[in-house]
Order: sequence, then structure tokens, then C-alpha cells
Amino acid sequence: MVSTAIRRPSSRRSSTTRISSFFYRSIIALIAIVAGAPIIVATLALFVDTGDIWQHLLVHVLPEALKNTAWLVAMVAILTAILGVSLAWLVSVYEFGGRRFFNWALLLPMAMPAYVMAFAYSSLFEFTGPVQTFWRDILGNPFDFPDIGARWASIATLSLVLYPYVFLIVRGAFASQGLRSLEVAQSCGLSPIRGFVRVSLPMARPFIIAGVALAVMESLADFGTVKTFNYTTFTTAIYQAWYGLFSLNAALQLSLVLIAIIFVALVLERYLRGEAMYTSSGTHAVRGRIRLSRRYAWFASGFCGAVLLVAFLVPAALIVQWSAATFTGEFDQRYWQFAANSLMLATLAATLITVVALILAYAVRRDDGRFAALQARIATLGYAIPGTVLAVGFFVPVAALSRAMNDYFGWHGGETIALQGGLLVILLAYLSRYLAVAHSPVESALSRIKPGIEEASRGLGVSGLGMLRKVHMPILSPALITAALLVFVDIMKELPITLMTRPFGWDTLAVRIFQLTTEGEWQRAALPAVAIVLVGLLPIYLLNRQNENA
Amino acid sequence: MNTKLIVVACLLFLCAACGKNEDDSESANVATPVVVYSARAEQLIKPIFDAYTAATGVPIRYVTDSEQPLIQKLKAEGATTSADLLLTVDAGNLWYAADQDVLRPTYSEILDANIPLHLRDPDNAWFAMSVRARTIVYDTRLLKADDLLGYADLADEKWRGKLCLRTSAKVYNQSLVAMLISELGERETEIIVRGWVANLATEVFSNDTKLIQAIEAGQCQVGIVNTYYFGRLQKENADIPVAIYWPSAKTGGVHVNVSGAGVTRHAKNPDGAKALLEWMSQEAAQKLLGGDNMEYPANPAITPHPMVEGWGTFEASAMNVAQAGFYQADAVKLMDRAGYR
Amino acid sequence: MLELRSVSHRYGQTDTLTKVSLKLNSGGIGCVLGPSGCGKTTLLRCVAGFESLSEGEVSVGGRTMASRHIHVPAEARHIGMVFQDYALLPHLTCLENVLFGLHKLPREIAMSTAEDVLEKVELSAYRSRYPHELSGGQQQRVAIARALAPKPALLLMDEPFSNIDASMRSELGGQLKELLSALGTTALVATHDHQDAFALADSVGVMREGYVVQWDTAYNIYHRPVDRFVAGFVGRGVWLPGRMLSETEVEIEIGVATGIVTSEFSIDTEVDLFLRPDDVVHDDASSLQAKVLKRRFSGSEFLYELELPSGARLLSSVPSHHNHAIGESIGIKLETDHMVLFAREPTNGPSG
Repeated sequence: MVSTAIRRPSSRRSSTTRISSFFYRSIIALIAIVAGAPIIVATLALFVDTGDIWQHLLVHVLPEALKNTAWLVAMVAILTAILGVSLAWLVSVYEFGGRRFFNWALLLPMAMPAYVMAFAYSSLFEFTGPVQTFWRDILGNPFDFPDIGARWASIATLSLVLYPYVFLIVRGAFASQGLRSLEVAQSCGLSPIRGFVRVSLPMARPFIIAGVALAVMESLADFGTVKTFNYTTFTTAIYQAWYGLFSLNAALQLSLVLIAIIFVALVLERYLRGEAMYTSSGTHAVRGRIRLSRRYAWFASGFCGAVLLVAFLVPAALIVQWSAATFTGEFDQRYWQFAANSLMLATLAATLITVVALILAYAVRRDDGRFAALQARIATLGYAIPGTVLAVGFFVPVAALSRAMNDYFGWHGGETIALQGGLLVILLAYLSRYLAVAHSPVESALSRIKPGIEEASRGLGVSGLGMLRKVHMPILSPALITAALLVFVDIMKELPITLMTRPFGWDTLAVRIFQLTTEGEWQRAALPAVAIVLVGLLPIYLLNRQNENA
Repeated sequence: MNTKLIVVACLLFLCAACGKNEDDSESANVATPVVVYSARAEQLIKPIFDAYTAATGVPIRYVTDSEQPLIQKLKAEGATTSADLLLTVDAGNLWYAADQDVLRPTYSEILDANIPLHLRDPDNAWFAMSVRARTIVYDTRLLKADDLLGYADLADEKWRGKLCLRTSAKVYNQSLVAMLISELGERETEIIVRGWVANLATEVFSNDTKLIQAIEAGQCQVGIVNTYYFGRLQKENADIPVAIYWPSAKTGGVHVNVSGAGVTRHAKNPDGAKALLEWMSQEAAQKLLGGDNMEYPANPAITPHPMVEGWGTFEASAMNVAQAGFYQADAVKLMDRAGYR
Repeated sequence: MLELRSVSHRYGQTDTLTKVSLKLNSGGIGCVLGPSGCGKTTLLRCVAGFESLSEGEVSVGGRTMASRHIHVPAEARHIGMVFQDYALLPHLTCLENVLFGLHKLPREIAMSTAEDVLEKVELSAYRSRYPHELSGGQQQRVAIARALAPKPALLLMDEPFSNIDASMRSELGGQLKELLSALGTTALVATHDHQDAFALADSVGVMREGYVVQWDTAYNIYHRPVDRFVAGFVGRGVWLPGRMLSETEVEIEIGVATGIVTSEFSIDTEVDLFLRPDDVVHDDASSLQAKVLKRRFSGSEFLYELELPSGARLLSSVPSHHNHAIGESIGIKLETDHMVLFAREPTNGPSG
């Protein structure tokens, strides 16, 4: 093996390099076109005149929407970072009561759709809700019940639902850092706390950024939560332009502004990172955990427990209670079908998207051109676009392709082939939205594989996809599991794309929630919500156990 | 080898679902299904479709989504669409669907007879199937019907701190304001909306149910809601201390909105769609449409749900509901200007 | 300077260190030598403060750092540590890595100190490189510079040469020794390679399964090992059975070996003699012939594995101009200045 690799004539080597570079570039371009389709559509919308809508929005809507969005994004970024990093730090570095339980249980809020949590909490705390009623009727209204307002309600809800993204990704980083970085700090005279701040935290930076970026993009695209609390954001402005002012083009243009801001922020972060690497130069990560003294162990368990209580147990208890109250009227045989559909779509899409994310990240790594990296960035921006806008943005070109095919082959009248009715289209639409979710962990993990490993393998005659399978896959598998898990639970909750592109008969649990909530039947919607949480809970538990054993 | 087999199997599976809209013409005894895109929630339409299939043997396939995505979907699909009928809520959306040319005119004596003129498109692109009154509700513990005058009156200073409204993002309020514009003009409407905003007791609500509950809990005294939301709460609690007020014809009458349907421009089965539309305008369907959701039948010959009848009769605004769509964008901008969130 | 008194450490149910005692004078360099898993890394970690003792006491400069009741946290011990994998912080440049240990000093002083230390390890030109842009040897020097910069009372180094090419080791070892003595730093180094240990250390401790078997000068470890394990660990050789002829003479199969002995044995005692390659020299004139079985060329000399007519085997290092083919018979003679002798153990046959 070794000798053939060495003896291979140089001319042949350069031609294979050229072919493989063309191969990787084609892959990147294909993925970018499919996943970036909505962005291309939005860019085309720039050339459409939308009359005085912009003028109106600029004067009456956007100033407040932008300010609110800035608040929302900044605070969600800070809170998810604080919660996600501190919890990840606790469970990966210290040993305390319930650590193994919290290690997976703290991921549970991810299974709960944000709009469900928003509604659960607003029902609990609104003027007519049980808490305030108790306050007035039983306690006699000692003082006016504090009202945190739409802004902080939205921020709190989204932070509680989204911190698991940061937790999951950063936990992996801390686990691979081991205690070694802390020991370095200690040997340099820093206490563990200061060592955390000066060493572990900066070393986890790409992972924190990756997790927070997902949380930020998700909260930018969020409509359900802010709608529940009546908080005007950039996304509500987008929907207003479309639903209220009947201008899809203005909505697309606004979405493009949103994407541009995210794009600039991500590029800026990459630039600020410079040449620094975040791979530990050592391979001897120190295993084991620091055992906390009793007092601090109580504090750690208490903190994890409090987060779990607020972010999951309370809203979960509420929807369980509602679904028990509405079970007889709401449950029927079709629920098995809904659950099966949800499970099927989420599994297929999680598999597809994770594989594509891996291929994309790997191709970009092999092709170190700037253009490739740029295309990968564009392909993963869809996550920041409000779901319904993205759904239309994906649907329009697919339908146009379908029309063109029918015109070309002369199918008319009764006989038409509609691409958009297929399962492939809904999966690709998911891809255009969730590629970022899978790409983030895979890319960060891939960046931790040192080029030396690849060179060594190439020396042994392993190259191309063989390298991916033999060298990268084993190292990447925890990241791939993370990616698949994130996509899975996201798609369990997904609505707009499922609504628009699902084939006939493919109603899911989330679609059922939509049917009920559009008519304001929130209590009945609790049953499908509980089902979503239950179905999403299983993979969280199983995959986490696998991670733990690995 | 194995991997290849799996890949092929997956591809076959994915493409199996690629919709091929065949006419089941070879089997003449099975009727051609009607394909419906519906923005009305499944639980509200499924009983009607089931009844239709039971009565005629014609199967119905349907997909649900929000109004705008469905209209955009029809636009994008063009001739390749499989939809025969678009069923949607709110006159504004119906108007927009007609405006975007995704509906075709339907001429039917049955529909002409059953659906009043002001409840259908001037060009017969769509027909209302149910009527929803958006009117005033009040706290019966503190107010009497005589204290109220109409929508414009709620802008009066005497309601300062007593009014509850739902968010302006909801199309029902956009239609209401659009109808006010069409009736009174933009200037006067803006004064009214500003008055409402000044009178708000609290932040706007995200849905009508919460608004009614807020009146019940004493957070405010009056509000504007669709009657069927009130109906649902009254069903649960017959003694709810909230009642409906019908603005009289002198103040412009009651604002009504509709849910309606139209045959799509590229319907493959327009006759089937028309037959379904006609059936929906008749008694059995109208009872279901009104009864199940406490709405009013669009067909004036049909009596509504007994509880709905108990709320009394009202004089609806005589304007064609399509005006709501025409003025909707103006209404949205006006509410933005007036600070109505 | 550094003193360990009867230090024990347990990990779960396993004893990783048992009653380890050793002493290192100020400015001295000590080495703990042993196969992997012998506990040498744990020993360093106990001194550094990353592990707590189950028994015994560690004191540095007269101050008790750890005992059963005392545990000064690692960050308060003022002990520098060079980790086996160097553990450079990947997101910091060379200079920033060195500055990292100087966080207590005012910025300017820290800066000039760091520059100084980098100069001493000849890395000034690489100050703004990131660790991944450096070679293994350069990374090691950054790690040493980082550990030395705060002028620690004691420097600990875990396998400092494990990632370095064999050709570079002796050179780096020499440089390191010079640097440490120039700074007067006391250092404790863990290694599995006796040559590294001998090149660097004043005192060497050989460890086995959590025990320090012998703590002594390098010379004594080599020439006066306390047991067969130590003898075998610090250099290759073969055991040959023999009998004491006098206090300084042992009769073995191929003749009589003379030299200073490790321990006194009475005449006629049955012993095992440890013959190292340099104890057997090539002599064409010798009547004692042995057949070449294997040979290894290392530039300046050959290491021959020889077979005696009796079937016993010997190792011999021979200057490289004596080039003999495998299967050839060559003349050899004994040249034993120091003899490593142990009494014959009836159950254990001779082993090498």
C-alpha cells in the first residue's frame, strides 16, 4: 500500500487531484443550490417593486421591531450562553448528586415546542390565569401582581427552550477538553474558577458560538412565541407585510435583510477568531470529575433542578393536565398515524440532513477555497428565515420546475406530474431549513481533527470517501449523533414546511396542534403536544445513554 | 452491494409518493375525488366532508394550511395543482385569492339562490359558506346594553381604561377596520382607532377567548370579539357574566366576516368542486357549518344553532364583504400609524 | 528542597503509590524512572497537587504541601508543571502561553520576563505563532518556558521527551540540563527511558507498581542496582549462573569475571551475574569463540547477540569497524569492572 502511494507518478496524482477538486466543488454547489433555494428566491424578490410598503414599515413598524428584535436576540444569546455553558460545565467537570440524571434530563426542554411553552406559561401567569386569580382571590392582592411584559416573557421562554442547543454542543467540547486545561491553569497559579474563565471557556469558544448561533437564528425566525406574547419583532413585521399587506415580495425582502445581518455576524466572528485553533495539542485528556463538597454539591443539584423545573417540568405538568382533561374528546385512532408520520419524517430528515451536513463540511474541508466556504455559509442561513417564508421560498422554485416539466413533456389537463406531492420535496425543504443545525456540530468537530491525522492516513493509502469512513467517522460519531438529535427534535416540532409541502395524508402531531390552535383550542392541543414531547424524549434518552457509554 | 440495494429502495420509496394525479376514469363506479385546500381547521371541515361523501359517494381529499401559504401554493403550482377547491377564512383572503387569479368564476343557480349577493364575490369567484359576526361584548355586572352604541362609540373618552382589544395582527381586526374605512373613510376611521388605543385597559390580547375571560375577570368592561368564541365559553358556563351587544343599523350595523370557498383556476375536477360547493350551501352542510362552530349560516333560509339564536338577531352591515380585502392593506397601515399593536 | 515521606495514594480500590519516600536537594534534578503504569505520573500529580494523598507527607522548601489533613491547592503551591502532551493552550500564541503563568505580575514586567524566557529557550522568533504551527520540539520548549517563567520553586516534567525524535533527545536533554542549572531550578522528571534519566538527573528513583525500589545516583542505579528488576530496567544484559571464587571473582561458563561487586558474597556461593554488552568485548586473539546470532548496527558500534557452545547467550557491543556476518564465530573476552551479582534463587531460573 505504502509503496504504491509513493511510486504513483506525479502527473497522475495532479490529475486526480483536479478531478477530486471538481468533484468536491460540484457537491458543494449542488447542496448550496438546494438548501439555498429560498435565499435565491428572496434575492430575486429584491428586483420586484413593492410600492410604498417599505416606506410605511420604515416609519411605523421597523423602528420598534428592530429594537425589540435586538433586545430579544441579545438577551437570548446571553441567557442561553449562561445557562448552557454553566450547566454543561457542572455536569462535565463536577460530580454531584443527580449528575447522571441531569446530564440527559437538561436536554428535555428541547423536545417542547416553544409555542407550547409560551402558551402554557402565559395561561399560568396571565390576569385570568390560576396564579393571578389565586393572588387576587385568596391572597387579596397584597400589591399588583408584577407584570414582566411581552419582552421579557418572550426572552425567558425562548431562552429556556433554546439553552439545550448550547448545553449539548458545549458539553461535548468540555468532555473532550477533559480536566487537562484546568490543570494547566492550576499549575500556572489560577484557581479552578479562574481557570474556567481564562482557559476552558475560551477553548470552548467555537462551540459556544455554534450553539448560541443556533439559538439566535431560531429566535430570529420564531413566530409562535412572540405571537403568543404580542411582541412585535422583525419576524412579525415580515408576516405583517405578507399576511396583512398582501406582499410576499416585501416579506422576502425583509427576510433577506435578516439573513444579511446573520451572515455579516457569522463572518465577523470567523474573522475575529484569526489563526487560532481550538484543538488541544494533547491527546491525553484527563478523565474523571472533581467531587464537590457537600455544600457546593447541593448548590449544583439545586441549580440544575431549578432550571429543569422551570424549563420543563412546570409546562410539561400543565400540558399533561390539560391533555388528561381533553383526552376522551380528542384522542382517536388517527393519533397513531400522526405519531408514526412525525416519527417517520423526523427520522428520515434527521438521517438525510446529517449525512448532507457531513458531506458538506467534509467537502469544504477538502476544498480550501474561499468560495466553497461562502457557499456552505449560504446553504446554512435558512435557519434564520421565518418558517413560512422559507416554506414558500422553497416551494416556488420546486413548483416552477414541476410546471416546466409538464410544459416540456406536454402533460396537460387530467394528467400532470406534480413534484411537490412527493416525500423527497418535503425532506429537501427540511434540509434547506435545518442544514445549519446539523452543520454546526459536525463542522466544529471536524475542525478538531488535525490535518496530521489525514496526512498519516493518506500515507497509508486511505483517501477520499475511504478516509471519511475509516478516519473521520469514528472521531465524528458523537457530533453526528448530536446533529441528528437536534434535527430530529426540531422536525418533530416543525410546522410551516410540513404544512406546505406534506403529501396528502401526511398529517403529523405538529399539524394536529396547528389545526387546534388556529381555532384557539389550546387545551385540546395539549394532547398532541404531550405526544411530541414523549416521542422526542425517547431519542434524547437513548442517544444520551449511548454518548455516556462511548 | 447491500448499500446499493438500500439506496435504490429508498429512492423508489421517495418517488412512490410523487403525486400522479390520475383520473380514476377506468373505474366508472368510483366517483372522481374532489381535492380541497383548506384554511379552515380540520376538525371544522372533516364532519362536513364526511357527510358529503356519505351522501354522494364522492371522496374528498384535503390538505390544511394557513390562508396565505395556500394561496401562494396555488399560485406557484399553476396548472400542475391538484386542488379543485379553495376553502378559506376571512373575506380579505378570499378577495386576495380572486385578485391573484387563483380562482375561477362559478355559475350556479343553486348558489345564486342560497348565498346573498353581499356575501359573494361580484365575479362569482367565491361564495361565503358561513358568517361570523365581529361584535361587542360587555360585562353584564357593570353595564347594560343601553350603555353601548357601536364600534365608533368605543373611541369615546368614557371608555378610557375599560376597553380590551385583540392584536391588530389578527385578520379579523384588519377586516373590521377595512370595513370601517370603506364606510367612513380613512380620516374618520383613524380617529376612531386612535380613540380605541387610548381607551385600552391593558395590552392587546393574542386571542378572543382570553379577551372574553379578561372581561369575566374584571380586567376590562367591553371588547370586540367574534361571537363563536363567546359561544364556546357560554357552552361551558351558561352563567358567564358577559353578553353580546349588536350595534344597530344606525351606527352602520354589525361587522360580519365570512368563511368561504371558490373553485380553483386550474381545477382538474371543476364540476365535482362546484357540486360540493352547492351542497355546502344547502341545509345539511349549513347546519353543520353553523352548528359545530357556533357561526351563522351564510344561507339566510337556515336557522343557526339554538344558543346562537338566543343571542338575538342583528342587522349586518350592508357592504359587500369583499371590501374588507380591498382595504385591508390600508387598514393595516392605519392601525400601525395609530399605534394599535 | 523537595521531600516525600512515606507517600501513599489510592485510586478507588487500587494502590497507585505505596509509601514512597525521596528527597531532592535545592537545584538538583531528580528522575522517577519506571515502566508505564508504575505510578510515576501519579507521583508527579501528587506533588503538583492534582491528586490528594491517602497517607504520608509532601513538603517543598520546608513547607508541608500535602498530608492526610493538609491539601494546599495546586494553584497555591508555586510548582511548575510540564505535561506529557505539553497542554499548550491552542487558542493562545507562544508568547501568550508563556504570559499565561505570569498573570500576577504587572503587564510590563510580565512581558519582559516572558520575552526573556522565550529567548532562553531560543523561541523568540516564534513568539506570535500558535502551537499548531510549531514542531514537537518547539512545543516542548514553549511548555518548559511557560512552566519556568513564574520562577517556580520546583519544576515537574512528565515524560518530556516522549514526543521527541530519538535523534533530538540527547541534544535537548543536554540543553534542558544546562537551562535548569543556569536557573538553579529544582526539578523532578518522570520518564520511562533510563538514558534520558541518566543524561538529566542527579538522583534517579526506579519505580515499580507504586513503590520506589531504589532512590540513588544514576551511577549507583546502574552499577549497584538493589534488585534484578532495577538491573534489568536500566540497561540490557543477560544473567549467567556462576560461583564465587573470591570476594571479587566469579567463575562463570566462559571464564572468570573480576571487578567490584555490588554486594559481598562468601566463597562458593552460587550467584547470578548480570553481564551487560560492554562487559563482553571483542578480541580476535581470544580462544573463546561465540557464534553471531543477531546484530544491530547503531553507527559507532554493533550490538551482537552471541551464542556460546553451551547454548547460553551473551550480548556484546563492539566498535563498528568489526563487521561480522551472522553465523560467523568471533573471539570474545570478559572485561567486567563492575559486577552486578545476586544470590541464586532456587525457584527462579536465571532470567534476563
